[in-house]
Amino acid sequence: MALAALNNIGTQVCRQAVPPDWPGGFWWHWLFFTVVLIIFVLVMVMGVIYIERRGMGRMQSRLGPNRTGPFGLLQPVADAVKVLLKENIVPANADKLVHWLAPVVAFSPVLLIFAVVPFQNGALLADLNIGILYVVAVSSISTVGVFMAGWGSSNKYSLLGAMRNVAAVVSYEMPLVLAIVGVVLLAGSLSMNQIVLAQDIPFILLQPLGFLIFFIAGCAEINRSPFDLMEADSELTAGFHTEYSGMKFAMFYLVEYAEAVAIAAIITTLFLGGWRGPVLPPWLWFIVKVIIVFFVMVWTRTTLPRVRIDQLMSLAWKFLFPLALINLVVTAIEVLALPAALLWVLIIINFAILAALIPLWSKLFFKLGWGRLEV
Amino acid sequence: MAIETREMALKTEPFVLNFGPVHPSTHGVYRMRTTLDGEVVLDIEPVFGYLHRGIEKLAEQRTFTGFIPLTDRLDYISSMSNNLAYCLAVEKLAGIAVPERAEYIRVIIAEMQRIANHLIAVGSFLNDCGAYFTPFLYMFRERERIVDLFEMVSGQRLLYNYMRIGGVSQDLPDEFLPALRKLLDLMPSYIGEYERLLKDNEILQARARGVGILTQETAVNCGISGPVLRSTGYRWDWRRADPYSIYDRFDFDIPVGVQGDCYDRFRVRIEEMTQSLRIIEQAIKDLPSGPVQADVPHLIRPPVGEAYAHIEAPKGELGFYLVSDDSVAPYRCHVRPTSLINLTALREMVRGWKVADLIIIFGSIDITLGEVDR
Repeated sequence: MALAALNNIGTQVCRQAVPPDWPGGFWWHWLFFTVVLIIFVLVMVMGVIYIERRGMGRMQSRLGPNRTGPFGLLQPVADAVKVLLKENIVPANADKLVHWLAPVVAFSPVLLIFAVVPFQNGALLADLNIGILYVVAVSSISTVGVFMAGWGSSNKYSLLGAMRNVAAVVSYEMPLVLAIVGVVLLAGSLSMNQIVLAQDIPFILLQPLGFLIFFIAGCAEINRSPFDLMEADSELTAGFHTEYSGMKFAMFYLVEYAEAVAIAAIITTLFLGGWRGPVLPPWLWFIVKVIIVFFVMVWTRTTLPRVRIDQLMSLAWKFLFPLALINLVVTAIEVLALPAALLWVLIIINFAILAALIPLWSKLFFKLGWGRLEV
Repeated sequence: MAIETREMALKTEPFVLNFGPVHPSTHGVYRMRTTLDGEVVLDIEPVFGYLHRGIEKLAEQRTFTGFIPLTDRLDYISSMSNNLAYCLAVEKLAGIAVPERAEYIRVIIAEMQRIANHLIAVGSFLNDCGAYFTPFLYMFRERERIVDLFEMVSGQRLLYNYMRIGGVSQDLPDEFLPALRKLLDLMPSYIGEYERLLKDNEILQARARGVGILTQETAVNCGISGPVLRSTGYRWDWRRADPYSIYDRFDFDIPVGVQGDCYDRFRVRIEEMTQSLRIIEQAIKDLPSGPVQADVPHLIRPPVGEAYAHIEAPKGELGFYLVSDDSVAPYRCHVRPTSLINLTALREMVRGWKVADLIIIFGSIDITLGEVDR
């Protein structure tokens, strides 16, 4: 197992778990990680905004922002200042309380997700033994905020966008969770930290199909392109945040990217071996992997057109859902029947299944539907 | 398409949503008063006139030559074609013969304009499909080269005011032809790039194939022309049907679609760019030397009468109808606007489709509001 050996060289040093009350006592631990997490999320959001704007610029044969600071590094700061200085406009017919509350309801669950994401062995706010279940539960709360925004604005574009979002999230939760169950079966634990510890080789090799399903469903759930229907700028002007400006709009902007970072962090933890990796310190590995996953999201955003709402639904229920079920069954059989020593065999089998199933399903059972309407 | 209404426990009712006049995808200030049942479009009521500037009336206060800059403002995406159509109408009215070299230059410029227009049309169509600005900016990269060439000949980058009655305002500069040849060498690879990136894209096919089908019968009945008509499979092009200028000397194909959906309209435009390149190549080869401007008086006073001249503009048939009363200004000027007439079938095309389809069907027609409202 050359790969596993390579993986373990650097991680041996950091294999010792950070004690659960580090640094010194429960409350110190709580204070330290809360502050670190908030700073991490805000800095990462700024970083990924920069990466997205520059990366998209390059992919669209233009330069991207390069005027503010060296290489345009201060562009996210300039963006933030510009947005925050805008006038706060509340429509006359809006439900004031709901309109005001929506950004907060949308933002706080995203921060909560990071509580269980390990940056290093044991370095996380709360090592819940139901970690991944908690992530699934908490991440859906954002949708309530988005729907509140759509409803409270009393704007039809907003309402349409919010309805689309609810429909998308309800549908994509299914394949998302089923893809996670495959990982849980392999790791034998729901704790995020234990899942990382179980990955002597990254689970993307053992769960290629699960990774694909999780990535697609994750993109759909956080409304990254090509599933960005809820804020489809060419259809619904700005979707659910049409009526937001100033600080409240900044919150939604933050939510959008914080969710992207969160999904990237979960993908990193579940499939890419989390903080594990040679030479570099674990937390740096973690951040590098998050950024790589985010970069793939930027890539799809610049490449693909948007799907239609009924195509979005049929993709979830007719393509991802059956494949996720098959993946689950196959993984269960593998865990039960095959000894752990035959890892390479497992990898080959799994990739063969991926290579067979996807063309089969997309040719025989599923078509995005050339203009076919499925109401 | 018939909408199925099902018995539901919840009471639902259609609601009215205004798309526009200020909306990212109405390509200007067009407004669609849309009746929606959830996501499904039940009906639309087009509202336009937000950009009305009275250009036809303004013509009556200007000399025949003085109206040329205003024609730029009609379809501002393809100003050169507007210039050409108007000049042809005046030449027909006054019986002016155009020098050979000027005719060739006009053809070269008009075909370049067609490519530039289709680049924007396809780019913004894909933008409407939700491809976040990437195809749009790729196509602007090539349009930039064409606009640079236009700047060489006319000094302008959007509203060129280049054609004159009886010719063109100035001869091609020396550096124009080498630059154009370079563009002609590069352009096929660019078009190939679009084909590779877009033609077989699964999402684009799912979004555009079979969506917004325009039947041949409706298209002909509504007087629709240009790529929108040709996408229905109807082989009709004024360059072939009634060759104006010197189009009878060139060898080119008229690409047609199969069933008149959004995908066909997109494909026809891409294919027309290739055909325009063919025409330009032939025109450069035969380009004669000589004057570029006929000997016309400073103030043209066409004899009493009327004339209608049409061209195959990038968007379809663009015509100018002029009435002269033997004065320096037209007595009446009427524009046959391609964009407005192509929009007439929009309602039939979008009924029963979804909001997202409404946007791309509208985008695939390729209109300019300057021409719709005039």
